[in-house]
Amino acid sequence: MIEARELTKHYGEKCAVDGLSFTVQPGIVTGFLGPNGSGKSTTMRLILGLDAPTKGDVTVNGRHYRDHPAPLNEVGALLEARSVHTGRSAYNHLLALARTHGYPKRRVLEMIDLVGLHDVARKRAGKFSLGMGQRLGIAAALLGDPKTVLLDEPVNGLDPEGIHWVRNLLKGLAEEGKTVFVSSHLMTEMALTADHLIVIGRGKLIADTSVDEFVASASGKAVLVRSPDLTRLREELAGPGVSFADGERGALEVHGLTAEQVGDVAAAAGIALHELTPHQASLEEAFMDLTRDEVEFGATSPVEEVVA
Amino acid sequence: MSAVMPTVPKLEKPGRVTFPGVLRSEWTKFRSVRSTLWCVGITVVLSILIPILVAIINRTHWSQMNPSEQANRHPLDIAFVGIFIAQLVIAVLGVLLISAEYSTGSIRSTMTAVPKRLPVLWAKLLDYALFTMALMVPAVLISFFSTQAIFDTIPQLQVSFSAPGVARCVLMGAVYVTMVGIFALALGAIVRNTAGGIATFAGIFFVIPPLMNLLPTNWNNAISQYLPPNAGTQMFSLDHAAHTLTPLAGGVVFAGYCAVAITIAAVLLRRRDV
Repeated sequence: MIEARELTKHYGEKCAVDGLSFTVQPGIVTGFLGPNGSGKSTTMRLILGLDAPTKGDVTVNGRHYRDHPAPLNEVGALLEARSVHTGRSAYNHLLALARTHGYPKRRVLEMIDLVGLHDVARKRAGKFSLGMGQRLGIAAALLGDPKTVLLDEPVNGLDPEGIHWVRNLLKGLAEEGKTVFVSSHLMTEMALTADHLIVIGRGKLIADTSVDEFVASASGKAVLVRSPDLTRLREELAGPGVSFADGERGALEVHGLTAEQVGDVAAAAGIALHELTPHQASLEEAFMDLTRDEVEFGATSPVEEVVA
Repeated sequence: MSAVMPTVPKLEKPGRVTFPGVLRSEWTKFRSVRSTLWCVGITVVLSILIPILVAIINRTHWSQMNPSEQANRHPLDIAFVGIFIAQLVIAVLGVLLISAEYSTGSIRSTMTAVPKRLPVLWAKLLDYALFTMALMVPAVLISFFSTQAIFDTIPQLQVSFSAPGVARCVLMGAVYVTMVGIFALALGAIVRNTAGGIATFAGIFFVIPPLMNLLPTNWNNAISQYLPPNAGTQMFSLDHAAHTLTPLAGGVVFAGYCAVAITIAAVLLRRRDV
């Protein structure tokens, strides 16, 4: 379990994390989402004590990370930035980490087998591809059989097989009752792995919700209708809480009614329907809706302060 | 990676961060980077071969030297040439031991495994000191006895290991290089950058001392003896001239510089973000 309270970090003038409070529960995969530069990596560094918070506090399993006698057994972390000496082999990198906690060499070999690096374990890590580097980072994160797993953009650079593997791994870890906290800027990835979401933008909390609730709340459900007599259908459907938008290729987007209600109204009025599709906003759309004002390096619209 | 649900093998014991563990970890890191091993090999070879080479040159040209030139030769100066070569390599490696962690990002792994941070600094210092001693004690001993063997035909250049101060000089030559390594490692931890750390070391050891010659002589005489390299090298000097510290005082002053550098490094390591 990770608990952040009013976590704040300034780098000089810049405020990277701004009064962030959240709790990451064990037994589920929690996605940590935000656009680039929103403070995800900084938050992870604060959790690990690599950076000291300007204000506020964060604990892991009830204590500050640095106060645990066996930190690698509490939290396994994969940071976004490379954290391996380029001149050292994967085996020796893991061995050096294992030595600090007194883990045997056998443990290092188990981790190398787990992530499938046995063929290159003796090669210099500087020669590794992005995907191999990620696997090495995951091996390092799992070395101490941690109760909490913290992964910053774990699927970056992985091939489809590797991505699939990571998804299964995360779900497996959560099923074992571990706390799994995974950051990403890709909503689609989170839709497939996460149960719960913590969304931040410009260092502030935007949402702390389940994936389902998030999609539902971010944009109302819509129904896509196609009919030769759209004008009359529109009149029949109109009512309080119902709105319309122009859909693709002459379709009508109806907000505020379910597909069943639209179908019933059409049947009662004798209007032919050529298409009736319940349209759920994708996670990606929901995410962009929420963070539109929070994208730090946005291309257009002036940035506006939004208090979550 | 297999297609089935991957499971992380269980660990029998949660483990615990201990200082011996951190010491072993730092040693694993030290010996597993190829560039370090190269530096080490070159250091050993040069710090032994160069005094031997200089001794051979002096022996073959001895009969052509005039008496005052001969009187200027001191056997320990020749035996200890290697120390001045070794100190540069050991200093660069000392800076690199910590600065490379910052440049490659491995410092994040290191400090995640040992979040209390300071044990890492102590372990690096202790590992490196033990390593440098293990390297330099044999190197100075071999240099001393091999140059003495070369001087077997020149009575003026012969000096017994049991003569007063000689054994101390040989041992302190190794200790001096070790302290240079420690000082450089602390500089690297303060500056956290390879080029900056090496430049700082070079400034203190090779740039500032000759600058003192530009000061009025009485200032130069008063100040120079307290500079780190001047104080430190007195440790392996047989006797001390005017305006130089005694071997003991020199050693104490140099140790003081090392202690200050280590203290600053430790305070900054605790306070700064990684």
